[in-house]
Amino acid sequence: MARLLEYKAKETLARFGISVPRGEIAGDPESAIATAERIRFPVVLKAQAFITGRAEKGLIHFCKDADEARAAARQVLGRTIGGFPVDTVLIEEKLDISQELFAACIVSDEIPGPLAVFADRGGTGIEQMAQDGKTKLARRPFDPVAGLLPYEARTLAVKCGMEGKQIGAVADFLVKLAKAFLAEEARGLEVNPLAVTKDGRFFALDCHFSVDDYAAGRHPELGIEIAREIGHPPTELEKIAAAYEATDHRGTFYFLELGAGGEKPVGFHGAGGGGSMMSMDALVARGFTAKNFCDTSGNPSAAKVYRAAKHILAQKGIVGYFASGSGVASQEQFHSARGMVKAFREWPLYVPAVIRLGGNKEEVAIGILNEFLADLPIPVEAYGKDNSAEFCAGRLDALVNEHAPLEPYECTPTARSEDAGEEYAFDIRTGTISFDHTICIRCEDKPCIESCHVEILEVVDGKPRLREPADESAHRCTECLACELACFKAGMRSISIKLPIPGFEEYITRRGAR
Amino acid sequence: MSILVNENTRVIVQGITGREGQVRTRLMQGYGPKVICGVTPGRGGEETQGLPVFDTVADALKQVGEFDASVVFVPAGFAADAAMEAMDAGIKLVVIVPDRVPLHDVLKLHKFAAERKARFLGPNTLGCLSPGKGVLGMMGGSPDAAREFFMPGRVGVTSRSGGITSSIAYYLKKAGIGASTIVHVGGDSIVGLPHPEILKLFEEDDATDAVVMFGEIGTTQEERVAEMMRRGAFTKPLVAYIGGRQAEEGTRFSHAGAIVEGGRGAYSSKVEALRDAGAVIVESFEELPAETAKVLEGMKK
Ligand code: SF4
Ligand code: SF4
Repeated sequence: MARLLEYKAKETLARFGISVPRGEIAGDPESAIATAERIRFPVVLKAQAFITGRAEKGLIHFCKDADEARAAARQVLGRTIGGFPVDTVLIEEKLDISQELFAACIVSDEIPGPLAVFADRGGTGIEQMAQDGKTKLARRPFDPVAGLLPYEARTLAVKCGMEGKQIGAVADFLVKLAKAFLAEEARGLEVNPLAVTKDGRFFALDCHFSVDDYAAGRHPELGIEIAREIGHPPTELEKIAAAYEATDHRGTFYFLELGAGGEKPVGFHGAGGGGSMMSMDALVARGFTAKNFCDTSGNPSAAKVYRAAKHILAQKGIVGYFASGSGVASQEQFHSARGMVKAFREWPLYVPAVIRLGGNKEEVAIGILNEFLADLPIPVEAYGKDNSAEFCAGRLDALVNEHAPLEPYECTPTARSEDAGEEYAFDIRTGTISFDHTICIRCEDKPCIESCHVEILEVVDGKPRLREPADESAHRCTECLACELACFKAGMRSISIKLPIPGFEEYITRRGAR
Repeated sequence: MSILVNENTRVIVQGITGREGQVRTRLMQGYGPKVICGVTPGRGGEETQGLPVFDTVADALKQVGEFDASVVFVPAGFAADAAMEAMDAGIKLVVIVPDRVPLHDVLKLHKFAAERKARFLGPNTLGCLSPGKGVLGMMGGSPDAAREFFMPGRVGVTSRSGGITSSIAYYLKKAGIGASTIVHVGGDSIVGLPHPEILKLFEEDDATDAVVMFGEIGTTQEERVAEMMRRGAFTKPLVAYIGGRQAEEGTRFSHAGAIVEGGRGAYSSKVEALRDAGAVIVESFEELPAETAKVLEGMKK
């Protein structure tokens, strides 16, 4: 589940009438000082990062003047957390606090439904406090449509020992919190601490806000860049992947860099949540570290799998490529095989790979991988449902021990590399298919025609083209890549299917070196 | 018998004219049970796969009679609404196949279903399949693959991961162990019929001798299964494998979550609870068929 950084979470709470300290964000020490001066010292400077216990980690500073603010900003900005840099700080007014409480709305799978939680103490260590017998904690399920009703909220307040005016104030706060929770379709919304100031006002001092990824599209106001749980601000490659995925709804493609170093980093390409998890477990059991998490599932097109494979290969420092899902997939597996073939020959693959594509039509998938990748100078082994993820991780281990990563080398891609002498091209859903008809007239068998399972290609005057009506035919292309592979296999390489990933090549060039 | 689906189940398909709807309708027609008709708003009066299409579930009901189950293939954002339509028309079991159904839609659907005494499997489920009898959803993919992967028998399978569901059943089959019904409860944190509900059904099913369960970190499903076993609400042998042992923990649970769940949800919590309750825990997926065979062997004595 995607999370909101603290400042964004507080902005959201404020929209529902919940009080938050006055604050603004800054990205460098100078603007941090300017911001602090606007807000007026003393201020609190807080690193914006997904991490708990920031105070102990030196990521929250109290500053009484510009010098302290500069020092604090310098100290915090650019620090890396879990392998990813901090690039934003939140600067807030410092409040006079007399009491810290805890309030949250979560989804309980046991009810199942939303649950409001309130406690008479809050702040760091609330989990331990909740168990020490001195904390009054109350919870109450509420209706997912009607929300938390005022009397229900008052009951929670009273149960936790609130008295007098505080009962009404707490109830008012909880009702608003539940309203924000339902309206924004949160998975969890937690205010800790909920601060009471000396003059009796209630402020959300910190907030943990996790969003339902599946509903993120209905909430543009939350500004979610990648609707997934990631423990860091999105990296460039992750953003490129997510931006692409947002435009292609067929199947799922999700790419996440895992940041942390470790022994034997491997590019990981999973299929389906459970199968991916099991496959990662198998990798870890062999002493590997997954460099990334990647999932292509839900019947993705070959084109989508090709793009995913490119993201995986683009990571620096991997020693192997491991693709494995559940092993007994209901989807036809050859789409993934074709996508990988195109990517592996194009990049080209520089580390040993073990590809486990088990399930529906796996024999075809394995055949494709073996046939089209046999000539690479680095081994690729393909397996199906009768070989477990554990076995495959073991194979990768053996291969990695024998084959160090290769330097870039010459490899013939499946697509035509040269410009066409006589180009015939048409747009498909996420790219373009281009033929060189000067090559096609020399081609005897024209295997591209047969290979197209939706039968949208035909030969006219010795040249393949779309069946009329051409627009409709192009629309029916499933981006299966079979025609390009068939043409390559015939030794012709007339076809080039271009499948752009916006921002990808620019990123690679900027970053330098394959 | 079997649970949730058998050869006589009468099925209506919502979203029958879409890509997935058509392919999976062919699966159900080719493997069983009885697909009667489909619904796509605006396409009423047409025909697809030799079946009539109606604009609404209520229309279909009026024209062709009762259904035991609806299988939903509409886009995720409309899935809960489609399920409500089916339940409101009186259908008691809805299988919601699409992935990425918004959580709060599912919460509302839970309330709606409870008020109408209806049940739903999913969302984000491959569905359920009773080998040789029928499938609701997309398990197996095609009739041929389904026949290749699954074999009738007396072990119930319930799983939180789609791919793993088929894997378990297939590996059991290779070890000569057949299944009574194979259920994918759905991959999301809130589903209509979580493991405890499925185990209740298996407990009452006279065609099921033992159950194999695939659990995952997160949610309290597996811990609640353990509670059921301790209470005597589930008494058949249970073989369980819990995935996600190496997955990063902690970040996914908020404080409130941790306080409310009280440690439940973690790998160790699930394994300990189940083991204490008498389940056989398998540490690696590979051992599952052999352990299950042992359990069945032990029952004969
Ligand atoms: S196989 Fe290639 S060269 Fe032959 S006709 Fe088709 S596109 Fe042209
Ligand atoms: S033209 Fe046909 S063979 Fe080529 S990618 Fe499209 S669907 Fe596949």
